[in-house]
Order: sequence, then structure tokens, then C-alpha cells
Amino acid sequence: MLCLLFFLVTAIHAELCQPDGENAFKVRLSIRTALGDNAYAWDTNEEYLFKAMVAFSMRKVPNRETTEISHVLVCNVTQRVSFWFVVTDPLKNHTLPAVEVQTAIRMNRNRINGAFFLNDQTLEFLKIPSTLAPPTDPSVPIWIIIFGVIFCIVIVAVMLLILSGIRQRRRMSKGPTEVDDSEDKCENTITIENGIPCDPLDTKGGHINDAFMTEDERLTPL
Amino acid sequence: MEKARPLWANPLQFVFACISYAVGLGNVWRFPYLCQMYGGGSFLVPYIIMLVVEGMPLLYLELAVGQRMRQGSIGAWRTISPYLGGVGLASVVVSFFLSTYYNIINAWAFWYLFHSFQDPLPWSVCPLNSNRTGYDEECEKASSTQYFWYRKTLNISPSIQDSGGVQWEQGLCLLLAWLVVYLCILRGTESTGKLEQLANPKAWINAATQIFFSLGLGFGSLIAFASYNQPSTDCQKHAIIVSLINSSTSIFASVVTFSIYGFKATFNYESCLNKVILLLTNSFDLEDGFLTASNLEQVKGYLASAFPGKYSEVLPQIRNCSLESELATAVQGTGLSFIVYTEAIKNMAASQLWSVLYFFMLLMLGIGSMLGNTAAILTPLTDSKVISSHLPKEAISGLVCLVNCVIGLVFTMEAGNYWFDIFNDYAATLPLLLIVLVEIVAVCYVFGLRRFESDLKAMTGRTLNWYWKAMWAGVSPLLIISLFVFYLSDYILTGTLQYQAWDASQGQLVTKDYPLYALAIIGLLVASSTMCIPLVALGTFIVRCLKRGDTPPVA
Repeated sequence: MLCLLFFLVTAIHAELCQPDGENAFKVRLSIRTALGDNAYAWDTNEEYLFKAMVAFSMRKVPNRETTEISHVLVCNVTQRVSFWFVVTDPLKNHTLPAVEVQTAIRMNRNRINGAFFLNDQTLEFLKIPSTLAPPTDPSVPIWIIIFGVIFCIVIVAVMLLILSGIRQRRRMSKGPTEVDDSEDKCENTITIENGIPCDPLDTKGGHINDAFMTEDERLTPL
Repeated sequence: MEKARPLWANPLQFVFACISYAVGLGNVWRFPYLCQMYGGGSFLVPYIIMLVVEGMPLLYLELAVGQRMRQGSIGAWRTISPYLGGVGLASVVVSFFLSTYYNIINAWAFWYLFHSFQDPLPWSVCPLNSNRTGYDEECEKASSTQYFWYRKTLNISPSIQDSGGVQWEQGLCLLLAWLVVYLCILRGTESTGKLEQLANPKAWINAATQIFFSLGLGFGSLIAFASYNQPSTDCQKHAIIVSLINSSTSIFASVVTFSIYGFKATFNYESCLNKVILLLTNSFDLEDGFLTASNLEQVKGYLASAFPGKYSEVLPQIRNCSLESELATAVQGTGLSFIVYTEAIKNMAASQLWSVLYFFMLLMLGIGSMLGNTAAILTPLTDSKVISSHLPKEAISGLVCLVNCVIGLVFTMEAGNYWFDIFNDYAATLPLLLIVLVEIVAVCYVFGLRRFESDLKAMTGRTLNWYWKAMWAGVSPLLIISLFVFYLSDYILTGTLQYQAWDASQGQLVTKDYPLYALAIIGLLVASSTMCIPLVALGTFIVRCLKRGDTPPVA
């Protein structure tokens, strides 16, 4: 009699936990990818730890504080390592709704990952999307700060150059007037450099052939 | 009141200015692409031949003209013949177009440079989607570097018709770029211590074109630079030096670019393999770590025979990873600089350092070329007595920068990159060929080659080598005419023009036709510079006829 009951119970269990079963989730672990040479082998003890972590997560959900490890069923373990699991209610006749399991796992994902030395990519719960950590967003974007610094430097340099240009021109315009006073007033050329005394030609009209204008170094200054 | 023309402090300054103008972004993103498309090392053969036959003679010609006439492009050509003032004007118009759209590249380089001071680099990770369960959809379909370029930097619209608004971040970067250019040209060109386009004579044609645009002929910048030279400067030596340095920079840049390509191809090939391995491991629940790159083919064969049904389900998702196909992806232009290079950089160690260095280099190249372009515009303006008597040099430079900056804001709009491509492809290519052709014909046959030769001898003290004379009089004009004919026929035969638009839903580029008004603008761009030449010639002719009619001949 007891044997029959036992078989019945395991049969029902087997039906509850099935690949693509109702409220069942597939889990995939990539231990060797994550740990390399320090990889541990997946055996029944690790499975026990997994069931414990799932039960722990479920206990955090209100109304499910009495979840036991025996309520978590694991089946179809492959070499990958991958397997399916369901969480049953205390009476062990139906599975808990997927939404509850999903929320429980999502809230405690970090703890579960930590227990196995894995992360979101190497311990995957298919159909349970993980909450990705957003990139850190400083209040002022960094690029604006650097932009502001360079912008100010350039503006200051432009201002300095413009001001020095104005000062230079003012000095130059003061210079020739002093020279002029002492010279003949009829002379109205203001060239102070190695003069091109050609510019009086400008005022005399006629055609200027620019091709010959440039031979300034041939003409001796007055 | 005539001031003596400002001079370069020493010939080295002039050479450096020319080099910094000629060595530009084209050396980095166009030449390596051409090498890859046309047979790698063997592309150097047509390239070097064209350099010697076309590049150096034309460069020497422009420098000699500038040094002889001692004026910017408009004045210089008007001196050669009053009917040819249009050539100078056309150069200025083309330079104006170029400076309008070229500086946006510097704005983008600034944008990337400022974003390089973060960990992780913003183009190495995808942003999360709204409910934080995965990555942004567009970023998943494309790649994180493409997403950062098309969405975060350009915020590109699906087609050229949807203009969108001006992006203020790009606008700020553009403003900064123009301020930096203004800072450099503020005091005039003398205080300051560089192009591109478009089977299979195609290798030779592309070599000729690359030399042509890479040296920056026809914009008037070289004439402007040379006009500030002492008349006795040996511009022949400088022409050879500048063209050699320009070409060796191109070749050096190709070496670097190819090693970056190799790194990126290897990295992508290995990721592709890993993805296939993961897919097969998960579908068939194989032991983790069992599938490696070496036994992949065997296992695939085994799985295909052992589980044919399941294998055929998975088969469409399995990509054939091949190192050759990764290496064969050749990209040029902004795609190379801002997508391929950034993708390679993000996978390197100390990626922030490489990123900062790389974008700083791009900025140096870009701003160096910009200075040459603005010199081409400013020199004729400051030469003209009408303008320079009313406004000081700083104000003229400021006005030019302001006007260009405001127009450049068009390229910061959402559809801005499409307009950028239009300007990049059409504003300079055809007009420049015509301008340089007219230049060479003008110097050789209008001014007279003998007269020019004797002027040069008087100026520099050296006789003109027979080689330059042969090139100027015969070979180079023929070469340019054939290039011109080729480009015209290519444009005509291609029919309607198309462009690549970014499709956000697919995460890749799609080909679309230009709308009518875009085609009209392309036509206007080409016409506005080329028409200057005949129109000014016509105008001068009419003015002369009228004057001759008015004043009676002197007895």
C-alpha cells in the first residue's frame, strides 16, 4: 500500500516538473566559462543548494514564508548544465504561479548568483529577464565639463589676440603722425617700411599692370 | 596707404603650412580604402606615377603662380589675364563650400574627444531599454559603435526629407571648432605655422584623383600661401617636399589602418565563432566548454547527422564565420573614422588613452586643412582694397567664420549627415578639375610659358627644368581632360543619384533616391562655382567693350 502511494506521489511529482511544463522554468549554467580551471562539478549536492536558494527566495514573498526545500522540484538535468524546476505548494498537488516565482527570483538574483560564484550571464533563468544595472550617470555629463574648459580657454585666447591687435594698430597710427609733423606737409605717403613709393601711382589714374607692381625690391626708396 | 605684403618668417613655416594643409583627413580615411579596393601594394604603382606626372607639376605650378603674382587667387588670375578673374572667384566659391562642411568633421572629432574621458567608453556599451530588462533595440540590431554614431552623435533621421531640428550638442561643438579656427587665422595667414571622391581603369583614375584632391589643388589655398613668400624662395624644392611628405603620410596611415583592420577582423571573427559555439551548446545541451573553435566543424557534422530535425531548425541562425569576409569589409570616410576605428579602440587595453590620442590626431589634421581653406577665402578678401580699407583683418576673419558657422548649423540637424554627403561628393570634385585645367591652360598658353619661365628665373634665380615644362604644356592638361571626361560620363551614365540612409528599425543602411530639390541643390553647387569662369570672362569682355565705346581712341 505504502509502495503504491509512494509511486503515486513520485508519479505526480514527475508530472509537475516537466520540460515546458506549466509554471516550469529552465535554468542554464556555464560553470566552465565563468570559472575556468576552478570550475566545480555539478552534482546532487549542488542541486540541493540550488533548491535551497529557490526556497529561500520564495520565503521572501508574502504568503509563501512556509516554502520548504522539498517543495522545489528539479528535473531533466543535462550535461550542459541545464535543468527545469518548479515550485509546488505545501500540499504538493499544483505548482505555484510563474509570476510569483519570477518576482521572487528577480529580487534575490544577486544572492543566488553569489552562492554559485556566477553572474547573470553564466547562470541564466530563461524567461526570467534580469534587471540590468544602468551605467552610472553623473549629474553633469563629463563631456560638458571638458567642453566648457576648452571653450573658455579658446575664448580667452581670442580676446587676448584681438586686444593686442587693437593695441598694436593704435600704436602704429600714433607713430606715423609724429613722423609726418617733421616732414614736408605735401608728402602724403605714409609708408614707414622699406617703401613701395608706387602707391602715388594709384592716384594718377590710368591702367596699372599688376604684373609689374610686384617688383618692389628693384626700386630704391626715396 | 600700401603696406608691404606680410611674409612668412622663414621658408620652413611656409613648408609646414603647406604640409599641414595638404595632409588631411583624406590621407587617413581615403587612401587606405583605395589601397584595399585596388590590390593593396600594387596600387602604389599608379599612385606614384600619378604623383610624379600630375601631382608635383600642378603643385609646383600653383606655388609658382602664387609666389610670382604675390596675391590671392582672384588677384593672381586677374593679373595673368583680366578675363580669367573668374578662375580665382571659382576657387574662392569652392573653398567657401568646402570650409562650410569640412569643419563639421572637426566638430564630430571634438564630440568624440570629449566623450573619451569616461570609463567605459560610451560607444562600447549599449544603453538599456526602458524597463531595464535588456539593451536598446536599435543598438542590439546594429552595434554599439554604430548606435553611438548614428543615434547619439548624429541623431540621424530616416531620410533626407525629414530635417528635424538643430542638435544643440553638435551646434556647440561646431561653434568651438570655428572658434579654434578663428583663433588660428585671427592674425592673418602669415602667423599660422589639405580631399576625396568616387572601376577598371578605375585604379589609375582613382590614383590620379587621390593625388589631385589630396594635395588640395585648385582651391586657391596654395596660391594664397605662396603669395606670402619672398620672391626668391625656391618653390620647386618646396613643391617636391610637400608632395612627397603628403604621399608618405598617406602610405604610413595605410599601414596603421591595415593593422587596425586586422585587429578588428580577428576580434570580430573570434566573437562570431563564440556566438556560434554558444548557440550550438545551448540548443543541444552539450557540455559547457566541450565545443571549441578547433572541433567546431566536426561537431557540426556529427550533430547534423545525429539530430537532423533540430539541426535544421537551428541552421538559419548559424553564421558562417570567415576571417576573409571580415577583412574584406572596406570602409572609407566618416564610417571608417567614427565607426570602424572606435570599434577597434574599444577593445584595446587602456582604450581611453588611445581614443584621446586618435581624436586629437583627427583634430590636428582637420584643423590644419581648415586653415588652408580659410586662407583661400581670406587672402583675396584682404587683398581687395575695398574691403580691407573698411574693416580690420580680425573683423574680416570673424565675419567669414561667423557666416560659415551659421551655414554649418545645417549639418547639425537630424538630416545633416545626408547634406554633408552631398557637399562632400559634389561640391568640390568636378569644379576643381575644371578650375585646375583652366589654370594650367592659362599659365601655359594665355600668360605664355616662356614669359612665365623667364619670370620664375628672374624671381628665384634658377632655370626651369625641361621636365616641368613638358608636364605643364602637355601631359598634365591631357590627364586632367581625361579625368574630367571620365567623371562627366560616369555621372551621366549612373542616372539618378542615390544615397545611403540609416534605417533605425533594421539597424543598417538602406539605399534611397534623392528627392528632386536635393538634385537641384547638387546642380546648383556644381554650377555656382563652374559658371564663375565663363560669366566673369563675359562680364569683363562686355565692360571693356563699353569702355572702348565710351572713350575715343587717343590720337
